Amino acid sequence: MRAFRYEKAADAAAAIKFFAQGAQAKYLGGGTNLVDLMRENIERPETVIDVTGLSREIRDAEDGGLVIDAGTKNTAVASHRAVRERYPVLAQAILAGASAQIRNMATVGGNLMQRTRCYYFYDDAARCNKRARGQGCDAIEGFNRIHAILGASSHCVATHPSDMCVALAALDAVVHLEGPQGRRRLKLVDLHRLPGDTPDIETELGAGELITAVEIPALPFAMRSSYRKVRDRSSFAFALVSVAAALDVDDKGNVRDVRLALGGVAHKPWRATAAEQVLRGAPASEENFRHAAEVELKDAVGLAGNAFKIELAKRVIVNTLQKLAMEPGAGS
Amino acid sequence: MNFTINEHSYEVELDNRTSLLDLLRDHLEFTGTKKGCDQGACGACTVLVEGERINSCLALAVQYQGRAITTIEGVGTAGETHALQRAFLEHDGFQCGYCTPGQICSAIGMADEIKRGVPSAVTEDVAAHNIDFSDEEIRERMSGNLCRCGAHNGIVEAVRETFAEELGS
Repeated sequence: MRAFRYEKAADAAAAIKFFAQGAQAKYLGGGTNLVDLMRENIERPETVIDVTGLSREIRDAEDGGLVIDAGTKNTAVASHRAVRERYPVLAQAILAGASAQIRNMATVGGNLMQRTRCYYFYDDAARCNKRARGQGCDAIEGFNRIHAILGASSHCVATHPSDMCVALAALDAVVHLEGPQGRRRLKLVDLHRLPGDTPDIETELGAGELITAVEIPALPFAMRSSYRKVRDRSSFAFALVSVAAALDVDDKGNVRDVRLALGGVAHKPWRATAAEQVLRGAPASEENFRHAAEVELKDAVGLAGNAFKIELAKRVIVNTLQKLAMEPGAGS
Repeated sequence: MNFTINEHSYEVELDNRTSLLDLLRDHLEFTGTKKGCDQGACGACTVLVEGERINSCLALAVQYQGRAITTIEGVGTAGETHALQRAFLEHDGFQCGYCTPGQICSAIGMADEIKRGVPSAVTEDVAAHNIDFSDEEIRERMSGNLCRCGAHNGIVEAVRETFAEELGS
């Protein structure tokens, strides 16, 4: 690990100031990803700014939604009464990720900023365009079981590993940012980028910009929402495919509204807008769920090791929506 | 830097890069805490910070100054063992013993999480007020602790027996 200067910030303004003063600075949350990457010499910051001292409150937003400060631990979010009752998909997504020890350490901001678990990104003996632009990608012809089927490029097929972000994408979450140029807000689905020919640039954050909170708008029907994760072992593994869904069915059995997002399939949490469009107003039937899934996965491309994910994603979408449609209270 | 470990205070001169695990083992001789994978996957390094379980291998020590850290040495001693340690003996909750300190610290943290109503991935209704203290819940909640001897059944029995009264069966 490269030697670094450690600064502990008392608030966002102090953190941003430290960032501007330090060379090659990185914000540090719980460390569950960054410390690991530093130990592997993949991240080599000269200045590490600890932002775990920032506020970690969860509070009601004016519109009836919820604001979660970026320093809040994952366990605290998943245990919060309002999250569990109003956005069960979010509690479930967090609990489906990592281990209890890691969830106790990891912050919300860090979860958003975690980097891919592509084996070739972690292995500095392999070629990786994300580590060094223009180097090539050993995943495309290599072991690519956990890699992307949507939105990938000839430069990078890595996936974003977060479960929490998939639920946040489905819930229309908005990220609060503070940086040297002031404050702004960004939709979570616009925070992460597709790889294109610059997979090393992963988010839309400017230099020194810090995530201070995540806001989830009010969405009454999200009380009927769920997260389904398919992985190679039943606990403590990254997703092969995951689905976050909320479904609102009217008394005639038609879809009044729906939110759908996929994990484990792309370089970013994948909001399934095409499928949502197909479903709105249509009968909440297995046939329509399948049709919507087909439309969403129309442009999916499989590699040697991950082509199975295309059919798997469709089935998990159908299964998750079916279960929500059959929940008591649906169709009112 | 100043650290509070098992209710004692320690002043140590430390490189920023030192993990909490290396601080415990290499600088303060709390060698009960074990280094397995050193990347957060095995749980052998689990310790309690203000009662919450964490992986000390992924923790930079510098972030944990002044916080109450409990290691296996603070859980029980040879003369005065913790009930869970006795249950591990009773139920063959280990063979080689390397993962055991992490398992025990983790299970103590887990019991506290259940008491506080923290749900898990197998909790049927995440909004439920009471968590069912079932074997399925124990297995899911202990998935961050690997045992390569395969003593998992004994571990589950020991954990269930120790906390059954407190958490309901």
